[in-house]
Amino acid sequence: MPHSPQPPADVGRYAYDAVDRTFLKQRVEQFRDQVQRRISGALSEDEFKPLRLMNGLYLQLHAYMLRVAIPYGIVSANQMRTLAHIARRYDRDYGHFTTRQNIQFNWIRLEDTPDILNILADAEMHAIQTSGNCIRNVTSDQFAGAARDEVLDPRVHAEILRQWSTLHPEFTFLPRKFKIAISGSAQDRVAARFHDIGLLARKGENGRAVFEVYVGGGLGRTPVIGVKLRDDLPEEDLIAYLEAVLRVYNAYGRRDNIYKARIKILVQALGLGAFRDEVNAEFMAMDRSRYRLQPEVVAAIRARFATPVFEDASAGTAQLAAQTKVDPAFAAWVGTNTHPHQQDGYCSVTISCKPAGGIPGDVTSAQMDLLADLADQYSFGELRITHLQNVVLGHVRKDSLFALWQVLSANGLGTANIGMITDIIACPGLDYCALANARSIPIAQKLSQRFSNAALQQEIGALRLNISGCINACGHHHAGHIGILGVDKRGEEAFQITLGGNSGEDASIGQIIGSAMSEDETVDAIARIVDTYLVQRKPGERFIETCRRLGAAPFKDAAYATA
Amino acid sequence: MPLLENGQIVQDGWTLVEDGQPLPDGDILLPLSRLSEGLGRNGKGRLGIVLKPDERVSDLKEALPRLDLVSLNFPIFRDGRAFTQARSLREHLHFAGAVRVTGHFLPDQYEFLLRCGVSQLVIPEQSDLAVWQQAHERITVAYQPSVLNERPEGFAFRRFLTP
Repeated sequence: MPHSPQPPADVGRYAYDAVDRTFLKQRVEQFRDQVQRRISGALSEDEFKPLRLMNGLYLQLHAYMLRVAIPYGIVSANQMRTLAHIARRYDRDYGHFTTRQNIQFNWIRLEDTPDILNILADAEMHAIQTSGNCIRNVTSDQFAGAARDEVLDPRVHAEILRQWSTLHPEFTFLPRKFKIAISGSAQDRVAARFHDIGLLARKGENGRAVFEVYVGGGLGRTPVIGVKLRDDLPEEDLIAYLEAVLRVYNAYGRRDNIYKARIKILVQALGLGAFRDEVNAEFMAMDRSRYRLQPEVVAAIRARFATPVFEDASAGTAQLAAQTKVDPAFAAWVGTNTHPHQQDGYCSVTISCKPAGGIPGDVTSAQMDLLADLADQYSFGELRITHLQNVVLGHVRKDSLFALWQVLSANGLGTANIGMITDIIACPGLDYCALANARSIPIAQKLSQRFSNAALQQEIGALRLNISGCINACGHHHAGHIGILGVDKRGEEAFQITLGGNSGEDASIGQIIGSAMSEDETVDAIARIVDTYLVQRKPGERFIETCRRLGAAPFKDAAYATA
Repeated sequence: MPLLENGQIVQDGWTLVEDGQPLPDGDILLPLSRLSEGLGRNGKGRLGIVLKPDERVSDLKEALPRLDLVSLNFPIFRDGRAFTQARSLREHLHFAGAVRVTGHFLPDQYEFLLRCGVSQLVIPEQSDLAVWQQAHERITVAYQPSVLNERPEGFAFRRFLTP
C-alpha cells in the first residue's frame, strides 16, 4: 500500500491517509460478509452478536441501534453533515448524542448497516468498538486544545490510544467493556475517576507528557471511584503500561458473572497493592522496546492534526462586554454557555441540546446541518460532542458570539442552561432500551419543563441532574448532584433519588435517600429538594456543597414530605 | 477434528492423554498436572502440555525448553484468556514450539489468534477453509505491534499484515 500525499488536515482531528481509508473499507466488507454469514446460518445469533456489537450495532426493544464512534468527541463539519444524512435517510430524522461522546441512531435496519458503515467510511468515520467487551471509544475533554486551564492537548494521545486499541489482537474479547478517558487539564472534565482507566496528562521534562493513571472507577451496578495506580507514567511507556494493565485484567478478570467482570471488581478483589504488583510484574517482563512510544511517533500523529490559525480578535472582549450589558438574555447565555479560551478574544461555546421540555441529547438532521454550517462559519469547521450530551464550538471569536447566539436561539439551540438543573443527562430508557426498568425521557422532559424558567435556574445555579432508567446506570445517576434511578416497583415504573454524587477531582458517589416514587411524585420531590437547598444554603454555596455540609437528612425530609 | 496450520489442514500426530491413562509412546499431550511425569518419559516421543484458561503460563517456565507444543483452550469464543496466554508464551517465555488452540472460536478471530502467536488451530469438521483464508486476508494493516513482528508500514505503530 503506497503512502498517499498528505491529505488536507481538519482542525482538531486526525486526518486519515490512504492506509487508514483502505483499512476502514476492509472492515466494512468484513462486516458485510458477517451479515451474510448470519443470514445464511453459518453464524449463530450468539456468535454474530459480539461481531455486530464491535461494529456498534445493538438490538434494542423495537429496532437495531447503531452507535457511531466520535473519537474523543471531535467531528468536522462535513462529518456532521454525513451524520445528518444518515439520520435523514436511514433513521427517523434525528440522532442522539451519548455520554461517551458518540452518536446513536435508534431505528436502523440490519440489512442497511453495511451501507451505512460504508457511507461513514467515506467520511473517515466508523462504529468500531463502540460496543462489545473491548476497548471502547476513548473520551476526552470537550475543551481540548482550547481551554485556558489546559496544560497539554490530550487529543494526540487519545488518537494514539484509538489506533493502538483498534482491532487489538489480545484485547478484543475481554471479560467486559473497557473505557478510557484522558484529560490534559488541571480541572478534570472527563470524569477520569469514573473510568476503567482515567489518564490525567501534565507536562514533564522536555515538554513530553507525563500521566497520572487512575484505575477501576466506574458506575453501573457497583459504582466505584477509581484509585491512583501511577503518578508519573512517562509518555514513552504509555502503550506498554496500558498493555500491562489490560493483560492482567484479561487474564484474571472474572468471567463467571457479567455483573462482576469489570476491572473495578478485580482491583477490589486483589486490593490496589496486589493489583499494582501484578501490573508491574507484567510491565517488567514484557518486551518494552516493542511498545515504546517514541517522540517521532507522537510527532507524526500530532502532524495529522490541523491547528486553528487565530486572528487578532482581542478587541472583541470589550465589544462583548457592551453587548451583554444591553441584552440580559444574551448575557445569561454567555455566562453559562461559554468557557475561557487560551487565545485572547476567543472562547469556547457549549450549545445546549437540552431545550425546555426536550429530550436530552437528541438533535434533528436539520439541526445537525445547521451545527455544521455554524462550525464552518465560526469555529474552523470543528465540532465537539460532550460527554454531557451537548455540542461545543471550540474556537469562537467573542465578537461573533451575538450573531451566533441569535441563530442558535432561532433554531431551538440557544438554551442558556449549561451546568444547570435542566442540563439533564439521561439514558434512552425504556422508550428504546431492552434493559431498562423505567422510561428516562418523560421524567427528564417534565423536570426540564418544571425548571425551565431562566431566572429560577440562575437562582439555583450549578446543579447536575442525571437520570438512569435502570441499575446499569447509563445516565450516570450516581455521579449527579441529584440522581434519578428508574426501578420496577411491583410491575410499575418508579424512581429512586440519589444525592451527593460528583464526577470531578473530588469525585463522590450519590446515595439513595429512600424508597421509590411515581414519576410525578419524583418531580415534585425534586422541586422540594431544590427549595430546601435555596432556603438552607449559605451565601455562594453550590448545591453539592450544601448537600455535603448538611447531609441527606433535610433533603430526605423534604422529598418525602406530603403536602 | 481438522488441524489448521499455516493455512493448510495437516495431520495431527499428537495423542491427548487424559488423567489416569498410562503414557503411550509417541507424541503426547498431557494436562499440566502430569508435567513432571511427562518430562520423565525420556526419548519416547515429543511432549506437549494442555493449559487450561485459568492456569498460569509461568508454571511452564522451567519445562518449556523441553516442550514442543502448548495447547490452549477456548471454553467459549467470548472467553479471550487464551489470547493473553499465547502472547505471553511467545513474548515472555520466548517459546518457539507450536501453540495450539482448541474449543470454540470463530474464523473472525483467526487473525487475532495468529497475531498473539497461535500456530495451530483445531477447527470443526466440515469447516470451509475458504472462510478462514478470507478472514486471514481480509484486513491488510494493523495498528499495533504483535509477537509476529510484522513489517512496519512506516507510520506510527502500523504494520503490514500481508499473508
